[in-house]
Amino acid sequence: MSVQTQYPTASVPPRAETQVRAGGPGVKMVARDVKVYYGAKQALKGIDLDIQENRVMALIGPSGCGKSTFLRCLNRMNDTIENCRVEGLIALDGEDVYGRTIDAVQLRARVGMVFQKPNPFPKSIYDNIAYGPRIHGIATHRDEMDEIVQTSLERAGLWNEVKDRLREPGTGLSGGQQQRLCIARAIAVSPEVILMDEPCSALDPIATAHIEELIDELRENYTIVIVTHNMQQAARVSQKTAFFHLGEMVECDDTEEIFTNPRDERTQGYITGRYG
Amino acid sequence: MSVTATKSRYQSAEFADRLRRRYAAERRFRLAGMAAVGIASLMLVVLLGSIVGKGYTAFWQTQIRLEVTFDKAQVEEGNTMPLLRQALYAVVPEVTDRAGRRSLNELLSSGAPYQLEAMVKANPALVGTKQTVWVLADDEVDQFMKGFIRRDVPESERRLNDIKIGALDKLAAAGAVKSAFNTTLFTAGDSREPEQAGIWGAIVGSFLTLTVTMLLSVPIGVAAAVYLEEFAPKNRWTDLIEVNINNLAAVPSIIFGLLGLAVFLGFFGMPRSAPLVGGLVMALMTLPVIIIASRVALKAVPPSIREAALGVGASPLQTVAHHVLPLAMPGILTGTIIGMARALGETAPLLMIGMVAFIVDIPHGLTDSATALPVQIYMWADSPERAFTERTSAAILVLLAFLILMNGLAVFLRKKFERRW
Ligand SMILES: Nc1ncnc2c1ncn2[C@@H]1O[C@H](COP(=O)(O)OP(=O)(O)OP(=O)(O)O)[C@@H](O)[C@H]1O
Ligand SMILES: [Mg+2]
Repeated sequence: MSVQTQYPTASVPPRAETQVRAGGPGVKMVARDVKVYYGAKQALKGIDLDIQENRVMALIGPSGCGKSTFLRCLNRMNDTIENCRVEGLIALDGEDVYGRTIDAVQLRARVGMVFQKPNPFPKSIYDNIAYGPRIHGIATHRDEMDEIVQTSLERAGLWNEVKDRLREPGTGLSGGQQQRLCIARAIAVSPEVILMDEPCSALDPIATAHIEELIDELRENYTIVIVTHNMQQAARVSQKTAFFHLGEMVECDDTEEIFTNPRDERTQGYITGRYG
Repeated sequence: MSVTATKSRYQSAEFADRLRRRYAAERRFRLAGMAAVGIASLMLVVLLGSIVGKGYTAFWQTQIRLEVTFDKAQVEEGNTMPLLRQALYAVVPEVTDRAGRRSLNELLSSGAPYQLEAMVKANPALVGTKQTVWVLADDEVDQFMKGFIRRDVPESERRLNDIKIGALDKLAAAGAVKSAFNTTLFTAGDSREPEQAGIWGAIVGSFLTLTVTMLLSVPIGVAAAVYLEEFAPKNRWTDLIEVNINNLAAVPSIIFGLLGLAVFLGFFGMPRSAPLVGGLVMALMTLPVIIIASRVALKAVPPSIREAALGVGASPLQTVAHHVLPLAMPGILTGTIIGMARALGETAPLLMIGMVAFIVDIPHGLTDSATALPVQIYMWADSPERAFTERTSAAILVLLAFLILMNGLAVFLRKKFERRW
């Protein structure tokens, strides 16, 4: 798996500073004219989006419209995909994430990710959480690390279930617990933004409700972008919703606005279930 | 309506017939499979049976008890053979003529005096005393005692004449002939005399060779696999490299021997018959095997683990070192050990670089002349003596034991690591 870095320096004339002002205050991340190509195939056709701080932004849209692709641009996860090319500007706190001031590794520590399928490391529950802080040198003492592990698990609502079995493998947990473990793992490195790609698609309604509650609590400290196919979920957890369709961002507004009063008929069609 | 239609179709006689034929086909297939497994097992049993049957006698060796006087002058001169012979003549005083005594001389191994010298060296107080000593018998005596030389054939066609057999009978009647565990086989180097020949030199040679092979091919092979699998861009060059690695794995081993002869001996002027060169050649041969096995193992690690590690901000190298490589380790280990086992059993390339020489001394370093276990087997198999035939089989058994040990280790490590992760 190669890590190819693209620096779209010349191709995007307006640089970060100007863009952030365009985004306005309280904007954590901005995307301007983001185009993504998988080889010759274009997956995103110029996305403009502002992601507000301490808000939950839901990305909805039919399968294959490029939600995951966009999400993976935000922490440069697409770097790991062969022949994936990203154009346009994506900025975190006014800094171009594809620019020279931010390193991909550093970016991913600031912009954490939770994946569709729970993917705990095949290590102990403790080590799953401790791994990130350890490689970033966040905790120097064992006590500090223990505390990070505990608070992360507590915030992910998993502490009570696993506090007596921290040494057991994380892969031995149930699907819902694994997903909360992955969320705890993402929280443990204290990111500023958490990206979630269909975090509940493999979970039962109870575990889903658990995680939705969690997302609502996390909003206080983090900025969250969540991809979901579940309209009710989007309505429940998010303040902003963006509707994607065929590689375009059709419309982005307050969640209530999108669900009660969509401007575009494609959005209306999708949320009322006429297609998708 | 449609329900009754399908019901009747699946209950028809035609369908029952079809079902019966399906089951019959399955039964035939199972029988064929069982027959194949049976034939394979049978062949294995025949092969192993014949090797064990031919080889097990080599683990015992005939010794003769003699009352030896450690004469001071003779011992100091280092000429102890006459002492042994005197002791033997004393057992059969009726044989007095020169021809008869020459026959008696041949009952003892030419290595027997070294035993006396070793005894004196360990305990100098023995000089001047009379001691009971068990010494090695000649290999033909050994073969006779094991029943491979029959006494009912005419004397002229027999390898042991009547005088020798008479003497042996007399010794045996007195309890002065015994069959003892053949330690020589496991402690000595090669020899022209079967009763003094052992495989220790070859084992040490194999060990030194494999050490070089492992130290070179494992780090290089794993590093190459990691680079190709995890870091290298997929382009025409890496495709070309991949195709070539796969081809190299299929190159006959003798070609690697020729390469070693031309490059290491011819160009770099390294010593002939040296484990160093053998190890280098084997490393070349094993590298593609290790690279391929490691790449397969790395490929089998789910991408979600890489994403998880990258997602918390691990660098690509940390991702590989902390997560991917440990998960791929069982597969890499298995591939490595199987590659090593193959190198241990390999003969042809060693022939090309001169590790086929007759070497008596146990090698002590990477540049000493040495041979390897399979080459030793090859050389012994070429020897006409009956005693070498059984030693050939014994050496094969030892080689097989090492191979089984290595493969067992591979299985054990894989199981152990799989449980941990
Ligand atoms: N690694 C890849 N290589 C080539 N094409 C890809 C790759 N990943 C995604 N695509 C293509 O890009 C487009 C957008 O894919 P993406 O995964 O972003 O969709 P999505 O909106 O997340 O869909 P879903 O809701 O089904 O997850 C699709 O047409 C897909 O086929
Ligand atoms: Mg997706």
